[in-house]
Amino acid sequence: MAKEKIKLEKGKTKSTLKNVLKYVKPHMVFVLFSFIFAALSVVLTLYVPILTGRAIDYIVGPGKVEFEPLAKLLFTIGVCIGITAIAQWITNACNNRITYNVVRDIRNDAFKKLEILPLKYIDAHSHGELVSRMIADVDQLADGLLMGFTQLFTGVLTIVGTLIFMISVHPQLTIVVVVITPVSLFVASFIAKRTYSMFKLQSQTRGEQTALIDEMVGNQKIVKAFSQEENVQERFDEINNRLAKCSLRATFFSSLVNPCTRFVNSLVYAGVGVFGAFLAVKGLLSVGQLSSFLSYANQYTKPFNEISGVVTELQNALACASRTFELINEEPQPEEEKDILVTDGSVDIKNVEFSYVPERPLIRGLNLSVKPGQRVAIVGPTGCGKTTVINLLMRFYDTDAGTISVAGKDIKKVTRGSLRTSYGMVLQETWLRDGTIRDNIAFGKPEATNDEVIEAAKKAHAHSFIKRLPQGYDTVIGEDGGSLSQGQKQLLCIARVMLCLPPMLILDEATSSIDTRTEMRIQKAFATMMEGRTSFIVAHRLSTIMEADVILVMKDGNIIEQGNHETLLKQGGFYAKLYNSQF
Amino acid sequence: MKKLLKYLGNYKKETVLAPLFKMLEAIFELFVPIVMSEIINEGIVRENNSYIWQMGLVLVGLGVVGLVSSVTAQFFAAKAAVGFSTELKRELFKHIEHFSYSQADKVGTSTLITRLTSDVNQVQTGVNMVLRLFLRSPFIVFGAMIMAFTVDVKAALIFVVAIPLLSLVVFGIMMINIPLFKWVQAALDKVLLSTRENLKGVRVIRAFNTEEKERKTFETRNDALTKVQIFAGRIAALMNPITYVIVNVALILIIKTGAVRVDTGIIEQGDLVAILNYMSMILVELVKLANLIIIITKSVASGNRITDIFDMKENDLLAETGSYLPSEGVVEKAKGNVVVFDHVSLTYPGAGDESLTDIDFTAGVGETVGIIGGTGSGKSSLVQLIPHFYEATKGGVYVNGKNVKDIPDGELRSLIGYVPQKAVLFAGSIKDNIKWGNEDASDEDVLRALEAAQAKDFVLAKDGGINFKINQGGKNVSGGQKQRLTIARALVRDPKILILDDSASALDYATDAALRKAIAETGKDKTVFIVSQRTASVRHADKIIVLDDGEVVGIGSHDQLVENCSVYKEIYESQLTGKEAK
Repeated sequence: MAKEKIKLEKGKTKSTLKNVLKYVKPHMVFVLFSFIFAALSVVLTLYVPILTGRAIDYIVGPGKVEFEPLAKLLFTIGVCIGITAIAQWITNACNNRITYNVVRDIRNDAFKKLEILPLKYIDAHSHGELVSRMIADVDQLADGLLMGFTQLFTGVLTIVGTLIFMISVHPQLTIVVVVITPVSLFVASFIAKRTYSMFKLQSQTRGEQTALIDEMVGNQKIVKAFSQEENVQERFDEINNRLAKCSLRATFFSSLVNPCTRFVNSLVYAGVGVFGAFLAVKGLLSVGQLSSFLSYANQYTKPFNEISGVVTELQNALACASRTFELINEEPQPEEEKDILVTDGSVDIKNVEFSYVPERPLIRGLNLSVKPGQRVAIVGPTGCGKTTVINLLMRFYDTDAGTISVAGKDIKKVTRGSLRTSYGMVLQETWLRDGTIRDNIAFGKPEATNDEVIEAAKKAHAHSFIKRLPQGYDTVIGEDGGSLSQGQKQLLCIARVMLCLPPMLILDEATSSIDTRTEMRIQKAFATMMEGRTSFIVAHRLSTIMEADVILVMKDGNIIEQGNHETLLKQGGFYAKLYNSQF
Repeated sequence: MKKLLKYLGNYKKETVLAPLFKMLEAIFELFVPIVMSEIINEGIVRENNSYIWQMGLVLVGLGVVGLVSSVTAQFFAAKAAVGFSTELKRELFKHIEHFSYSQADKVGTSTLITRLTSDVNQVQTGVNMVLRLFLRSPFIVFGAMIMAFTVDVKAALIFVVAIPLLSLVVFGIMMINIPLFKWVQAALDKVLLSTRENLKGVRVIRAFNTEEKERKTFETRNDALTKVQIFAGRIAALMNPITYVIVNVALILIIKTGAVRVDTGIIEQGDLVAILNYMSMILVELVKLANLIIIITKSVASGNRITDIFDMKENDLLAETGSYLPSEGVVEKAKGNVVVFDHVSLTYPGAGDESLTDIDFTAGVGETVGIIGGTGSGKSSLVQLIPHFYEATKGGVYVNGKNVKDIPDGELRSLIGYVPQKAVLFAGSIKDNIKWGNEDASDEDVLRALEAAQAKDFVLAKDGGINFKINQGGKNVSGGQKQRLTIARALVRDPKILILDDSASALDYATDAALRKAIAETGKDKTVFIVSQRTASVRHADKIIVLDDGEVVGIGSHDQLVENCSVYKEIYESQLTGKEAK
């Protein structure tokens, strides 16, 4: 079982890698450039110690220095250094370009998918999670890719190159380096394995603490109202002390990696120094060669450590990327027909069935015929599924069976855009965007003139409060309405619809958020809007309900009664009970 | 930031020892090139094999001693850093716990949470790295230079030029990069905003059919981000090539100078190798130092943000309240009533206008007081003054004959059952949640409270009944259920004063009515405050206070108010049922 899971993970990594490569492909030229210049810079970087070694050999002792060849050699070194530096910079610049372009393309594709995903998917996933798939995960991929490009290739090349150079200088001495170096890798991986569980415990405990902080600081008013400060502090201290213990262990043990690898390194250094010295005594090695060797020995473990770091980073990056690709490869909403809907305001619902989850049927056999200009009120206790009806009318969700037709046309046979723009929708849950008041009102009609915007705001009774804002219509409101009151936000949403004023309306009456006087004006605004327009209203206000042509009474997701106020009252059913309970 | 250092107080020993041991390690490291040059000068040139062995052992010995001192240092550093952050976190949490409502409002919850989590972690990392590196890296850099001087002054002079140049490049590029990364962050925030908005507003965006436009906006923002990233990346990519050039040019110069010195017999070949080695050591440490500075900058910024929180004292906010002289007869009035407001005004800190103006009323034992008015009319503010969540800026609030300022908060609040507007439950069982109201409550008490709150039926229908586990944030119960549970939590303490702050908004009219009836039956001596926007919820109250824009525009019974309060009448008529209209 466990093995299978690992295999599956491997398969997933592979497919993720393939996906990433697909995005890299358009930038192949730069990849090639990057590789060529990386190779060039590695070879030259490794060549310089050899040259330096040779230079030292020209400086044997008093009176025995060969200045002429030395000067030439130093010039060569200088040229090598110059070329290396330029090659390094070009490599880095290429890698940057590739990485950030790839990341941009992935984000664009993810966002494109976001716009055509069925609402079912978006409703089923927390927004935080989707945001992190598009932001944090992609960022992580960028880091991994950048590191991978810059360090993986150069790392491998450096190891191979160093080996070749060392062997070319002195094969036996190379053995000393090759034998001792793996010890450092072994030590590093030993420590990493041991500390893994400590880090896991630390992050678990941290998570626990954050959860408590989140809960208690987030709801501090309640904590204070019930004088629970001390109990909460006790719980916090308990977790905090546990965290201190496991944090200390994790921090200390993981910090051993550096000293230990440094120690192994110094062993390599000592080994090369001693054996190299013996060889030099026997005349098998020059002092300059020994010096080149020492500088190789100093650098040799570095690429190993880097590569192991890169590999974990890359794995992490791919794991994150796979989450983003999951989003990108998600099934979009079904293709749409090209027909454009021209509505006359009539809506026919025939035998509609719908459920969010197959096990729990919600709407069964719903039939409703709405003539142009009629008002339909949807009533029922909280959580009875009133919004489901909106979801179906707007085709945010598709029906499981049956048809909804507007102007005699099945709404599945027309473009979603033409269906949705024939409705004006005001939801109780207001949504405004980061931007000016004007932008927000003109959201559905960006080409609207200033006068049109103001006219719409006036009709929605929003003009008076907008006028009083510091910059009037140019006041920038933050994400989600910022400092506006709930009522003001709702007014803006109404103004937004007022500006387009489509032939059909979907209104979600506010339960309690707008102050009474404005509310009455909104009622009037609603009434003007509804004049001659087919309207569906999720209603809480009895006056609205009573004026409706059709009342749908919902309970537990089902439409249990249907009719107008009089007939429903006569029926003496759920509606009558609901109605009478107000007094 | 400095103020936070006192939390290192219990770890003075560790704070001193960690860098000391690190310095020790550095010293041993600095000896290595010297030893090597001795091997070359004595061992190789004079063909002394036993000397080579000895020096080899010395090299290993230096390694071992270095390892030991380094491990010791890491331990002390970890201990000090973790201990520091543990104490800091505890104190910070305690401090935040004792924030008044006004302070918590001012700072905002999400900010407080970030301060307690990521900011503290950032500071911890900073302390840890500083203890480990801030002595080591400069010590190696200057140590290497000094060692080079001991070998040969003239060659070492190159260090004097190279080190400042290297520092200039390393720190210069870093300094340029810090603001660049802020740009990157700002561009990323825009992309983030687009994403978040499109998720939250998905219905509106699709309803207005503006998906295509949204996509274009996103792509523009994403493009802008990519451009800044590539630009910032290009600058950062300069660091390696430039430092490489500087170090190697220095090496060339050292060789050149060294060649002359060796030729004239002032130094030996091995000495030259040692100087070259010292040069290579410097670069690695400078890069480490640069990274350390980034970490320090970040943690100082975090530390300052934390200090800001610590600096917030209750007094800052109290200073704004004026002096208060009780009006005539208030003290007597207060004795006869449970709650008395004596010409109370409230201005929230930082707000320009008063949220409540000159509120004056009394509520006697067993009375039910309805408070009605539109959003923003000050209903919640009014009732939140009773448990002293906020301080009245003018006038006085009396409970049981005493000014709330003079009653310890804990004692005052134990008299009150408060049901907030936003229903909040905590992770844990239903029973645990209810018992917040009264730790000593028995299961029967809990059930009784649930019954009165109209919650018993659905609670018993759940798996485990009152032991049903509620998720964090109460996500596994519906909004209406949550409200009823919070009401039960207030009822279980059998409070003298019950405050329902628009807490029945998610309940349908029938449940709301049953709830009010049940509350009335729980005790005749309870003073109940009902905040609502529905006239139906308050019409049976003994006294209804009508608020409009923070001012009382009417106090009286339903019938009186319908007669003579236009605001009330307006509200009432807008919610009028067909039955009454006829």
